[in-house]
Amino acid sequence: MSAQEIRNYTMNFGPQHPAAHGVLRLVLEMDGETVVKADPHIGLLHRATEKLAESKPFNQSIGYMDRLDYVSMMCNEHGYVRAIENLLGIEAPIRAQYIRTMFDEITRILNHLMWIGSNALDLGAMAVFLYAFREREELMDCYEAVSGARMHATYYRPGGVYRDLPSKMPQYNESRWHKGADLKRLNQWREGSMLDFLDAFTDDFPSKVDEYENLLTNNRIWKQRTVDIGIISPEKAQAWGMTGPMLRGSGIEWDLRKKQPYAAYADMDFDIPVGVHGDCYDRYLVRVEEMRQSNRIIKQCVKWLRENPGPVMLSNFKVSPPSREAMKNDMEALIHHFKLFTEGYGVPAGETYAAVEAPKGEFGVYLISDGANKPFRLKVRAPSFVHLSSMDDIVAGHMLPDVVAMIGTYDVVFGEVDR
Amino acid sequence: MSETQTNSLAERLVARFGEVLSKVETVRGETTVEVAAGDLLQVATALRDEPEFDFSELIDICGVDYLGYGQNEWETTSVSGAGFSRGVRGEATGRFDWEGRPRNVEMERRFASVVHLLSIRHNKRLRIRTYCDDDALPLVPSLVALWPVANWFERESFDLYGIVYDGHPDLRRILTDYGFVGRPFRKDFPLIGNVEMRYDPDKKRVVYEPVTSVVPRVLVPRVIRDDVDLQQAKAEAADHWQEN
Repeated sequence: MSAQEIRNYTMNFGPQHPAAHGVLRLVLEMDGETVVKADPHIGLLHRATEKLAESKPFNQSIGYMDRLDYVSMMCNEHGYVRAIENLLGIEAPIRAQYIRTMFDEITRILNHLMWIGSNALDLGAMAVFLYAFREREELMDCYEAVSGARMHATYYRPGGVYRDLPSKMPQYNESRWHKGADLKRLNQWREGSMLDFLDAFTDDFPSKVDEYENLLTNNRIWKQRTVDIGIISPEKAQAWGMTGPMLRGSGIEWDLRKKQPYAAYADMDFDIPVGVHGDCYDRYLVRVEEMRQSNRIIKQCVKWLRENPGPVMLSNFKVSPPSREAMKNDMEALIHHFKLFTEGYGVPAGETYAAVEAPKGEFGVYLISDGANKPFRLKVRAPSFVHLSSMDDIVAGHMLPDVVAMIGTYDVVFGEVDR
Repeated sequence: MSETQTNSLAERLVARFGEVLSKVETVRGETTVEVAAGDLLQVATALRDEPEFDFSELIDICGVDYLGYGQNEWETTSVSGAGFSRGVRGEATGRFDWEGRPRNVEMERRFASVVHLLSIRHNKRLRIRTYCDDDALPLVPSLVALWPVANWFERESFDLYGIVYDGHPDLRRILTDYGFVGRPFRKDFPLIGNVEMRYDPDKKRVVYEPVTSVVPRVLVPRVIRDDVDLQQAKAEAADHWQEN
């Protein structure tokens, strides 16, 4: 009998793989079913967003921010807009701050719904995806009502938000698929303003989260796939620069909304959930609880916004356009409008780093301006990029299916990994 | 912020490191220090390990190319009378193609590597800028040994700017294509790129060719105005010009 030669072999995971969450190419060195080394190859979606931003006036890059992490659009805008506001030394009106807070939390729910759906799908539970997208659809309608776009809103602007909340929600039309009692049910929440709609949504949403939890929290298969998988110790989480749910899942209570409050978060009443073991299951629990907390914040914002009308944009016409009416009979308004849309505004020379607590972690924008109407250098600090870089360290020694669980729990989106 | 720390971060940094930091400043509550490449490792190690700083997290490493910093494309004070198109010049990004790219660019200390640190315990942030001494071979010590997260950030900066991180275990390109040539985020790299690719039906494969389908074009010139817009806006707001 001759001696068998046993060798490790390399395996390509992606870039076209449904569980790779986009265009991740993962070169895995396998010892049987066990991963010895993981080498993620990224950049297949690289669009040089940062270089493009250098070639455009500041405002024209807001839309690019949506397309970074394309499931938490407005949080990205928030980071960028805050960096510009820092350098300009302006601050948005209080109502705009509350609107931003509300939409940041709507965005957080949108992101976590996408995450819970796709992560469960990766690990073999189809139904959660369908449940999660039911609620995602409702919140997408809020995006659409306020900005006209379901995803890439370009709603936040330096100095406020583009316009005030709409007084009515779009309704479903009668069609072959939606009619009669069904149509009535779909439009039930949509009779009043957007705030009425959100009121109804936030009343109802905790019961929807209960539904997801019913499907997963005590589900034997779900627990087998996530408990004690991808354990990250608090020290390791910090060494790998982790933020957001990845860090909180390891038991460190760190949330920029509490520690370095921005927008209206200082006035909000909410809790930071933290994990104990730092495994995939704890991060799942953290994110589910974050959805409930976001729901609480949205409710508080809705209440405040109902009671406090006011401007949502600075009336500083060097950074924000004057009203259409003013332009009709006011020469200066016309000039301001013309200058703003042909040249943009100059941002005083300097540098700043502005971070927001995006759903995936700390989304930071490092902005260097030399006083021109375009950024000199824009660096996007994307949480997914950082988290994914720890892949090799975390995944080594796990089985191949756990790699999928790990990609899911990182909550990576390639729009922002590759930028 | 912990109660024990009464003096500011900048003061403590100066007290601890003294002359090693060539510049310490706090603007808008953000503290920036500048360190020579040779001292970076020593400073970073102290910042991470000493309890009074305790920067446990490295948040970001960012390459910067300071070529053309503060340069106008449009001299607003002298040329605006001569019209827009003739007034525009300069070599800011987006203005040139591969053939016309600026060559032999020499300026003092062109590249910098900027590190952002975060202390979870003290809730503090710090920015460290390190200029590279040599433009032809920008060299900075690697921080991978201190914070493993530096690995990809340094690969990215190497990929996009060509800054070499000394001591990095695996300095490969990360974002650009396999076999990419050039350092795309340098200011003398054209926005339209160098090569474009298409499928060649004769050769039955994807081929790379010099860019012909895109013409470099700038819709809005890069302008630095002397009059500080915002001060003027404040003056106008105080003037209540709308009501006049």
